[in-house]
Amino acid sequence: MDWLSFTLITTLIKIVGLCFVAILGLVSYTVYAERRVSAIIQDRVGPNRVGLPLTLLGFKKDVSFLGLFQPLADGIKFILKEDFTPAHVKKFYFWLAPALCLVPALLTCAVLPFGSSITIPWNGSERTIPLVIANLNVGPLFVFAIASLGVYGIVLAGWSSNSKYPFFGSVRSTSQMISYEISLGLSLVPVLLVMGELNLVTISQQQSEHGWNLLPYSLRDGFDLDRWLLLIPLGLAFVTFVIAMFAETNRLPFDLPECETELVGGYHTEYSSMKFALFFMGEYAAMIVGSGITVTLFLGGWSLPLGLDNYLPKGTVWVGLLHTAVFFSKLIAFLIFFIWVRWTLPRFRYDQLMRLGWIWMFEICLANVLLTAGILWYIS
Amino acid sequence: MATKLLKRPKLTFGEKIYLPTIAKGLIITLGHAVRTFLQINAKKPKFTMEYPEEKWDAQLPDYYRGAPALVTDENGRERCVSCQLCEFICPPRAITITPGELPKDDAFAKVEKAPREFKIDMIRCIYCGMCEEVCPEQAIFLRKDYAITGTSRAEMVHDKTRLYEIGGIRTGLVNKWNDLK
Repeated sequence: MDWLSFTLITTLIKIVGLCFVAILGLVSYTVYAERRVSAIIQDRVGPNRVGLPLTLLGFKKDVSFLGLFQPLADGIKFILKEDFTPAHVKKFYFWLAPALCLVPALLTCAVLPFGSSITIPWNGSERTIPLVIANLNVGPLFVFAIASLGVYGIVLAGWSSNSKYPFFGSVRSTSQMISYEISLGLSLVPVLLVMGELNLVTISQQQSEHGWNLLPYSLRDGFDLDRWLLLIPLGLAFVTFVIAMFAETNRLPFDLPECETELVGGYHTEYSSMKFALFFMGEYAAMIVGSGITVTLFLGGWSLPLGLDNYLPKGTVWVGLLHTAVFFSKLIAFLIFFIWVRWTLPRFRYDQLMRLGWIWMFEICLANVLLTAGILWYIS
Repeated sequence: MATKLLKRPKLTFGEKIYLPTIAKGLIITLGHAVRTFLQINAKKPKFTMEYPEEKWDAQLPDYYRGAPALVTDENGRERCVSCQLCEFICPPRAITITPGELPKDDAFAKVEKAPREFKIDMIRCIYCGMCEEVCPEQAIFLRKDYAITGTSRAEMVHDKTRLYEIGGIRTGLVNKWNDLK
């Protein structure tokens, strides 16, 4: 088999594996984790029943597996519910909006390096498969460009619903996302200045060799004062980026688009069944991809801490799988942090949100860019 | 005028920049999470009662308003005389009574009546207890049964036999002429 078909097949496997198995699987189990973690934070037990219904087959007891089958039950419920389209909506856009919400979130995972690379023998020669779907030179820019499209889904949902509450919800969401996109983009500039690179694969590779951006120490290079000095702007960039990420994904404490007391359900008030589920999945997928970007840029992506990767053989299958496992464990830890924050903080008022976004975040990010440039100039 | 001046609390620097207080909040929720997680692992959640296995029944108070039921007295006679007051008072009209005579050979045939059929639709019943309150014969009581289930509408209608089965026997005088009642 020639090189082209080999690449095509491996890319297809990576797309299916990452988008549909890993991300969508993670989405459903993040919902489950959200419910269990919120439960234990609030001193409750949470869903722990859904399992194999063995009593239907005549056994004495059901097996519950800690309720791990809950996402399956949720999915079946969403599919079986009545998919109701109100008469007053603008049908075409009403149907388009949920897809526009989910697709950008799934598209952005194309540039996420979820492992180093695997070398396998093929037709008598060695072939290296990089564990990323698309090795683009514009990684973060691509992510921002595509992720901003997610706002269209929300706008269209609010507008096409042709009713007041969804409209208000979507207007709020739009202004929030556009305001925080500025800080999101600006807070990344220091990282890109320090790395001198826009390719996420290279960024992960450098961090695996020289230590993470937030843990700039590797056993091979030893202590380097300059890099610890750069930790000040990088730490600030991390905090601002994570805050902007929370706002971008409409998570608490910035979940103003969905507000039961003021807006009924927000932009998805008129949606039901699987169309509602698509919004839900889009939100969680955006959260997962956002965590992936944060992990890649600040926490070393797929790499082990302290530059331990330098001592591992490169490209073997086991190391590649280990790196994938490391990436996903970091991702999951970050998702749990998302959930933890959600069930801790009360939400912002709308004017507070805008004030934070425009008066604080934006200025801090700008100052941080200058600070990084100054430190880099001082070092060189 | 009654003007009340609110004194805003003076915030420290740490509270003003917000992040340290977020960290404090996160530590509090983490404490709750870890504690409850350990309790669940030890199979003893402190606040949760896992319903079908554990029930609160023993702690139900005497005044608990569960399913309404008819009672017989200590001689096995029906107390209900089918006066239909409960049917009349019932706010959701859940009660349907078909009045009837006692059998001819009964010693009280000339004195009292008894319901031929007494139906309570448990889909309609709102457990308000007005039937119990209005009954001059103290024949209908709200019991502690609360898990009333059925797979059809017909099954949810309690007929006379079922009502007496739930109600059982209640001893003591009917104090219908008692001033206190």
